[in-house]
Amino acid sequence: MYRNMVLSRRFEERIAKIYFEGKTPVFNMANGPIPGEMHLSDGQEPVAVGVCAHLTPEDIVTATHRPHHQAIAKGVDLDRMAAEIFGKATGLSGGRGGHMHIFDPEVNFACSGIIAQGMGPAVGAALSRKMQGKPGVAVAFVGEGAVNQGGWHEAMNLAAVWKLPFVCVIEDNGWGISVAKQTASAVASNADRAAAYGIPGKRVEGNDPYAIHEVAGEAIARARAGDGPTLIEVETYRLAGHFMGDAEGYRPKGEKEALFEKDPIPRMRARLIADGIASAAELDDIEAAAAARVETAITFARDSADPAPEDALTAVFA
Amino acid sequence: MTKPNERKLTIARAMAEAVAQEMRVDPSVFVMGEDIGTLGGVYGNTRGLLDEFGSERIRDTPISETAFIGAAVGAAQDGMRPVVELMFVDFFGVCFDAIYNLMAKNIYFSGGNLKVPMVLMTSTGGGYSDGGQHSQCVYGTFAHLPGMKVVAPSNAYDAKGLMTAAMRDDSPVVYMYHKGLQGMGWLGTEAGATVHVPEESYTVEIGKARVARAGKDVTIVSLGMGVHHALRAADKLEAQGVSAEVVDLVSLVPLDRDTIRASVARTGRLIVVDEDYMSYGVSGEIIASVTEHDISVLKAAPRRVAFPDVPIPFARVMEQYCLPDADKIVAAWAGMQAA
Ligand SMILES: Cc1ncc(C[n+]2csc(CCOP(=O)(O)OP(=O)(O)O)c2C)c(N)n1
Repeated sequence: MYRNMVLSRRFEERIAKIYFEGKTPVFNMANGPIPGEMHLSDGQEPVAVGVCAHLTPEDIVTATHRPHHQAIAKGVDLDRMAAEIFGKATGLSGGRGGHMHIFDPEVNFACSGIIAQGMGPAVGAALSRKMQGKPGVAVAFVGEGAVNQGGWHEAMNLAAVWKLPFVCVIEDNGWGISVAKQTASAVASNADRAAAYGIPGKRVEGNDPYAIHEVAGEAIARARAGDGPTLIEVETYRLAGHFMGDAEGYRPKGEKEALFEKDPIPRMRARLIADGIASAAELDDIEAAAAARVETAITFARDSADPAPEDALTAVFA
Repeated sequence: MTKPNERKLTIARAMAEAVAQEMRVDPSVFVMGEDIGTLGGVYGNTRGLLDEFGSERIRDTPISETAFIGAAVGAAQDGMRPVVELMFVDFFGVCFDAIYNLMAKNIYFSGGNLKVPMVLMTSTGGGYSDGGQHSQCVYGTFAHLPGMKVVAPSNAYDAKGLMTAAMRDDSPVVYMYHKGLQGMGWLGTEAGATVHVPEESYTVEIGKARVARAGKDVTIVSLGMGVHHALRAADKLEAQGVSAEVVDLVSLVPLDRDTIRASVARTGRLIVVDEDYMSYGVSGEIIASVTEHDISVLKAAPRRVAFPDVPIPFARVMEQYCLPDADKIVAAWAGMQAA
C-alpha cells in the first residue's frame, strides 16, 4: 500500500510540474506538453490503495475525473497512462481519451469525466459476472458530490435489488469544486444512505489506509461471497485545488495548512517504522524506486511520438 | 483602438452585468447552478453576483442537474424567472428529460396557458484539449428539439443584450456561450469577442441574425467561435481579391432564414462554419434553408466546415485537425472554385 501511495504521489508531483511548462507566466490551459484540465488526487491515495489492495486484475474498477491514484493502485500500465496524459500515440487510447478517459482493459479499469457516470458500468459489470457465473467484484469510486446525482441512486438500487458483487466507495474530500459537502447534502454521512437500499453502509474517518483496508476487505469479501453490495464512505482530503489553476478562494483560511499536517504519506511512513514493519532505509528504497519508476514513465511519454492528426477519425466504431 | 466612452467587456462580464441589472429591477429573477456563488461560475458569468444579491438569489446547487433544472421549470411556471446553469453542455445527458420533455414542452401541453420564463445557460466548445466529454457544442441537438429558443453570442455586446432579452422572454431560452470567447485568460480567449458594451440595460432581439461583415462573392454563415474564424478567413480572402460576407446567426431558434437567404442571393455562394458535428446539424439546416427556398441563387454547391462525426479527441494535434479554422474556410472557398 505504501509503495502505491508513494508512486501515485511522485507521479502527480511530476505531472503537476510538467503541466505548468509552457503555461507560465500567463496561465493558458491549452498550452504546454499536457494541455486540458488536470485533476490531481494528492492526499486521497489512502482510499485507492486501501480498496485496491483487495482486488486482482480480473476485478473491475470505474473511477472518476480524478483517476490517477486509483489507476495506479489498480495496476494500470504507468507508461501508457503517462503517454495518454501527454496525448501521445503510445497512450492507452492513442491520445484520444486523455486524463479523464483512462481505459486499461488489461486490468479492467475505466474512468470518465461526468459525475457519477461510472456507477452504471460498474453495476453492469457486476451483473455480467453474476450472469456468467464468473468471479470478480466491481468497485465504483465516486466523490461525495456525486452522491447527489440521480444516476447514482438508480445504480445503487439496481445493485442492491439484484444483490450484485458491487462496492461503491465514496471519496469524501469535503468539496465538490467550490461547493462544500454540508451545503450540498443534509446528511453528514453518505454511508447512512445505504439504509435506503437495504445494504450495509460504513463510514471510515481519518484518511487512514489501514482502516480503509479493513472495511474494504469486509465489503469485498461480502461481494465475493454473493451477499450483495456495500456502500463505503471514506473521509479523505484533497490537498490540491479542484483542478490545476484553481485559486481555491472558497476554502476557509487555514484549512489547507491543517490538511498538509495530516498528509497521509508521512503519517504512514512514521507508522510503518514505529510498528517495526519497515526500516527508514527500506522505505527510502521504496521511495527511490517509485521516483525512478515515475521517471521512466515520464521519459517514455515525452519521447513518444504525437499521434497522426488524421488518426482522430479512426476507432469510432469497433 | 479604444475610442472615448468605449467600455470593453468580456462576454463573461457582459453576462453578469445583464443578470445583475435585471435582478435589481425584477425580484423574480434568481440564479442557480453548480459553483455559481463563491466561485462566480467556472466561466465567470456570475462573478460578483453573490456579494450583491446573497445566497438566496444566487444559489449554489448540489451536483443534481435533473433536480435543479426541473425545479427551475416549476419555479418558472409559478411566477419566478430562474436563470440556471448547466456547467458544460456535455453534461446534458444526465438531465435532458427535464430540458426537452419538460422545459421545452409545458407551454405547448398547456395550450399556451402556461409560461416557462427561464434561461438555461451553458458552456460550449473545445480547442484546449479537455477531451470528449468537456468540449462539445451540440448546438444542433438543442435547436432540433422544439419548444426552446436557442441563442449563441459571438461577442460581448450581443451577450449582454441576449441575456437581458432571454430573462424577459416568457419562453425557455437556452443560452449557449463558447468557452473560448468568455474572456477567461486561462482558456486562451478570442480577443474579438471583447467589445464595447453600453452601460445601460438593452436587449438584442432573439431570432435575428447579423451581417458581421459585408461582402459580395461568398456568404460565410456561422455562430459563436465560428464567426471569428469566418472573419479571419474573410481577411485572408480579401488579400486574394475575394469579398466575403460573414453572417453571424446569433440565434438558432428562431432561425433568421431571411437574412441568410438575402445574403446568399447577393453573393451566390455559401459556406457554413460550425464547431458542432457535421451531420444532422446546423450546417445542414442552413444549406437546406437556402436550397429549398430558391436553389437558383447558387452559383456553386455549398460547402461546410464543421467538426467531423467523431468524438472530440484529447490530443492537441488530433483536436486541431478536426476543429474549424480560417484556413479550412479559405480551403473550402478554393474547393468551390475548383469544382
Ligand atoms: C454531471 C456533471 N455535473 C457537473 C460536473 C462538473 N464537475 C466536475 S467535478 C465536480 C465536483 C465533483 O465533486 P466530487 O464528486 O465530490 O468529486 P471531487 O472532485 O471532490 O473528487 C463537478 C461539479 C460534471 N463533471 N458532471
